[in-house]
Amino acid sequence: MALILCPEGQPASVPALLHRNAKQFANAPAYREKEYGIWQTWTWSQTRDEVEALALGMLELGLNEGDFVSVIGRNRPSLYWAMMAAEMCGAVPVPLYQDANAEEMTYVMSHCGARFAVVGDQEQVDKILDVKDELPQFERMIYLDPRGLRKYDHAALDQYHAVQEMGRKNRDKHIKELEARQAKLNYDSTGVMLYTSGTTGKPKGVVLSNRNVIETAKSSSQFDNLQQSDEILAYLPMAWVGDFIFSVGQALWTGFCTNCPESADTMHVDLREIGPTYYFAPPRVFETQLTNVMIRMEDSGRFKKRLFDYYMGVARKVGPAILDGKEVSFGDRLKYRLGEMFIYGPLKNTLGFSRVRVGYTAGEAIGPEIFDFYRSLGINLKQLYGQTEATVFITAQPDGQVRSDTVGVTCPGVELKIADNGEVFYRSPGVFVEYYKNAESTADTKDAEGWVATGDAGFIEPDTGHLRIIDRAKDVGKMADGSLFAPKYVENKLKFFPNVLEAVVFGNGKEECTAFINIDLTAVGNWAERNNIGYASYQELARHPQVMDTIQSHVEEVNKSVAQDEMLSGCQVHRFVVLHKELDADDGELTRTRKVRRRVIEEKYHDILTAMYDGSPQVSTETEVTYEDGRKGSIKATLEVRSAAVMPVAHKMAAQ
Amino acid sequence: MKDNVDSYVTKDGRTIGPVVMEMKNITLRFGGVEAIKDISFDIREGEIRAIIGPNGAGKSSMLNVISGFYVPQDGEVWYRGAPRPAMKPFQVAQQGIARTFQNIALFEGMSVLDNVMTGRLTHMKSGLMSQMLWRGAAEKEEIENREVAERIIDFLEIQAIRKTPVSRLSYGLKKRVELARALAAEPSLLLLDEPMAGMNVEEKEDMSRFILDVNDEFGTTIALIEHDMGVVMDLSDRVVVMDYGKKIGDGTPHEVRNNQEVIDAYLGVAHD
Repeated sequence: MALILCPEGQPASVPALLHRNAKQFANAPAYREKEYGIWQTWTWSQTRDEVEALALGMLELGLNEGDFVSVIGRNRPSLYWAMMAAEMCGAVPVPLYQDANAEEMTYVMSHCGARFAVVGDQEQVDKILDVKDELPQFERMIYLDPRGLRKYDHAALDQYHAVQEMGRKNRDKHIKELEARQAKLNYDSTGVMLYTSGTTGKPKGVVLSNRNVIETAKSSSQFDNLQQSDEILAYLPMAWVGDFIFSVGQALWTGFCTNCPESADTMHVDLREIGPTYYFAPPRVFETQLTNVMIRMEDSGRFKKRLFDYYMGVARKVGPAILDGKEVSFGDRLKYRLGEMFIYGPLKNTLGFSRVRVGYTAGEAIGPEIFDFYRSLGINLKQLYGQTEATVFITAQPDGQVRSDTVGVTCPGVELKIADNGEVFYRSPGVFVEYYKNAESTADTKDAEGWVATGDAGFIEPDTGHLRIIDRAKDVGKMADGSLFAPKYVENKLKFFPNVLEAVVFGNGKEECTAFINIDLTAVGNWAERNNIGYASYQELARHPQVMDTIQSHVEEVNKSVAQDEMLSGCQVHRFVVLHKELDADDGELTRTRKVRRRVIEEKYHDILTAMYDGSPQVSTETEVTYEDGRKGSIKATLEVRSAAVMPVAHKMAAQ
Repeated sequence: MKDNVDSYVTKDGRTIGPVVMEMKNITLRFGGVEAIKDISFDIREGEIRAIIGPNGAGKSSMLNVISGFYVPQDGEVWYRGAPRPAMKPFQVAQQGIARTFQNIALFEGMSVLDNVMTGRLTHMKSGLMSQMLWRGAAEKEEIENREVAERIIDFLEIQAIRKTPVSRLSYGLKKRVELARALAAEPSLLLLDEPMAGMNVEEKEDMSRFILDVNDEFGTTIALIEHDMGVVMDLSDRVVVMDYGKKIGDGTPHEVRNNQEVIDAYLGVAHD
C-alpha cells in the first residue's frame, strides 16, 4: 500500500514507518526474542506481516477507531506489535506497568475506557478478570502465553496467535478497511497514550501524537548518529515513555534491531549475548552492577585484586580523557591499552558492554564515582534529561562534553527557559498534546505558546550552556531562617554511598533538616558477612549499632560537602533514622519508576518525624505493609534517632 | 465413586478418562515385614491421584510397585488393560512412565540442560557410531530433542539456570529440575515422590501450580505421594490413604477428609 507521508516527505505515522521499513530494510532483523534457548529473529517485512495479521484479527473482533487498547506484560516483540497493530486500526495503545496492582490497573483502564487489552500471560489475565466489574467499557482480552488458561471461559478471551490466524483468514474482508484507516492517520493523530507515574495524585494520561513520536525519534537518532545496524536490549517497563521511544520510535525511524530477553532473570546473560550498541539504564542498574563487581573483586584472589586495583587506578586517571579524545601521554596510553587487555575488556564483556557505543542514564542523579567508573572503562555513558510530556528528550550530553553534574545541552529542536522562581520550561516538537480527559492539568502544565513546566528547578551554566537540575520545584522550600531548602540535592549526595539505597530529607519551614534512610541490603549485607555479623532480616541489620555508625559517618560527610555550598548550607542533616522497612511502590511510598512520594511518606511516618523534632532518643512505631499478592501485614519496631555532627556554615564558596 | 463410567468431566472442566492402571490385591514383603498389605486401587487417565499416609505407611513402596521397581509377592498390576509382567526400569520408561525421587537423584556435576536431556534418552534411536560422528540422524535427533527439552525449561521457568551445574542449585530448584527431567520423557503417567518435601510455602505454591499446569497442558496422568495434607486436598482428584501398609481410605479429597479412620491415623489413635 502507499505510504502516508507528511509535508516533508517522510512517513507520518508509526504504521507508515513500519511499511517503509518493510520495504527498505525488508530482510534486516527488526525484533529478536530469546525463546527456547535460541534467539528468534523477525525481519522488518516479517514484522509488518505479523502486525498486519494481528490488526486484521482485531478488526474481526470489532476494534473501532479511537478505541483504547491496554497492553500489559514484559517486553516481548508480540506486545510491541500489539501496540503497532492497535495504531493500524486507528485505535490508541496504552501500555501499562506489568507490576501494577489491581487498583492502579483499574484506575488507568477505566480512566481511558479501554475496550481491549493485550496481555502477556495468566497473571495479567487474572488481574484484569478480578477487576472486570469495575470496567464497564472493557470487552475483550487477547493473551500471549496460553499456559494455565485452557480452562478459562473463552467467550471474551482470545489467544494472540489465534487472533492473527483469524486475521489472515479474513484478510480479504478487512484489508480495505485497514488500509483506509491507516490512510487517515497523520502527524496529528494520536500515536500512543502513556500514564505518568505521578509522584503526587493520580496518574495522568499523556497523549502523544505521531508528530511527537516521529520528530523526537528523528532528532534524537541524529543527535547520537544511531544506525540501522545498531542493537538495543528492551528490558525496561513498556509503560515507560523511554522504552516506547527506544524500542518503537527510534527502532522504526532508524530500522535498528530491538532484542527482548528471555525472562527477567536471564536479563544479564541475554545482555552479554546480544552486546547492545545503544543502551539505556536508570542509575540504579549501574549502581547495582558496580556493587556486584566490587563485591566479587573483594572475594577474588590477591593477585587478581591487585591487578584490578592497579589498572582501575590507571583507568580513573586517563580513561575519561581518552574517551573524550583529549591529549594523553604515550606512557599512559600504553598502560591503558594493557589495562584494556587484562581488565577493562574482560570486565566489559562480563557486563555485556563490549559493544556499547552510546549509553544513557537518566531519571535520577547518578553518583559521580559510579558515572566515572563506567566512563573510565571506555563506555560512552552519558546523561539525559527528559520526561513523558516531552516525549523523553529535553537535554542530553553530546559526545565529548560529558560530566556527572549536568544533564547536558538542549536536544535539537528544543528551547529552554528558566522562570524567575528557577523552574525549567521547555518547548519542542515533542511536547505532548494533552492530558487525557484532564483539561485543567493540561492548562496548568502547558501554556498557550507551547511552553511546558517541568516542575524541576535548575539553571543553565553560563559558559557551557549545560543545564543543571537542583530539585523538584515544588519540593524546594525555605528553612525557618529563610535559607534555601532543596531535599533532593542532599538525598542524592547520601544515595551516592553504596550503603544507602534511599534517603528522604525533611526540613521545609523547620529550624533543622532531618532524614529517613534505607540501607542497601546487598552492600550492607555483604559487609555484615565479611565482618561476621549475623542478621535475620532487613530490619535487624538496619538497627545494628555498627550499621548506624557507618550511616552516621556518611551523613556527616555529606554535611561537610553541603556546608561548602553557600546557598544550601542550611540543609545539613542534624538527625536521622534508618527506617525499619524498605520504601516500596506496593505501599505507595515510591512510584513504579521508584521516585520518592514525599507527601505519602510524611503522612505515613508522621510519628517518626515528630520524634525527630521533639528530642526523643528513640521512637516506637507500627507500619502497615502490603505484600506482592495484595495481602497486608504490619511491622513493629523501635527506631533510634541519631544525631549527626554539622559543620559551621561557610561564608564563601569553597574552592572545589 | 464413579467406578462404572468410562469418563467424566470434573467441576473445573477437565476430562477424566477410563482406568489406565489398576492395582489388584497388592502385597509386598521385605523378609518378614509386610510393607503393603492387600491393597487395590486404580488410576484414571488424566487425573491427579494422590497417595497419602503417615511416615512408614508404605507410600514410597507403593510408588515403587507402580513404577515396576519392586515386584509384589502377591497381586497384579494391570496397565492399559493387561497384566504387567516383571520389567526392567528402562522397559517401564519405554511404556511412558516417568518419575521423580524423594531424595533428589540428579547428575550433580552436569548442567540443568544436560540433566533434562537425559530424560530424552528413550526417544533417541541413533546408534553409538552415528552419535560419536555427529552425522545424519544423530544431529537431527539432537536438535529435535533439544527443542523438547527447551520447551520444558520454558514451561518450568528455569531458563536462568539452564547452564548452571545442578550442584549449585537450591533444594527447591533441584526438585524442579527433577520434574523437568521426568517431563522430558513425555510420559503419559508421571509419578512424583513427595514433590514438595522440604520446601517453603512459596516454593510449594510454585510447585503446585506446575503440577496443575502439567496435568492441564499435557494431559499427563499424575500419581503423587505427599505429606502436606493441605496441598494434597487442593491438588488431587482422588486420594488413597495408607496406614501401616493398609489402605484405610479412597475417594475424593472431601470424602477422605471426613473418613473417621483417616482422621484417627493422622491425629494419632492408639493401635492395638
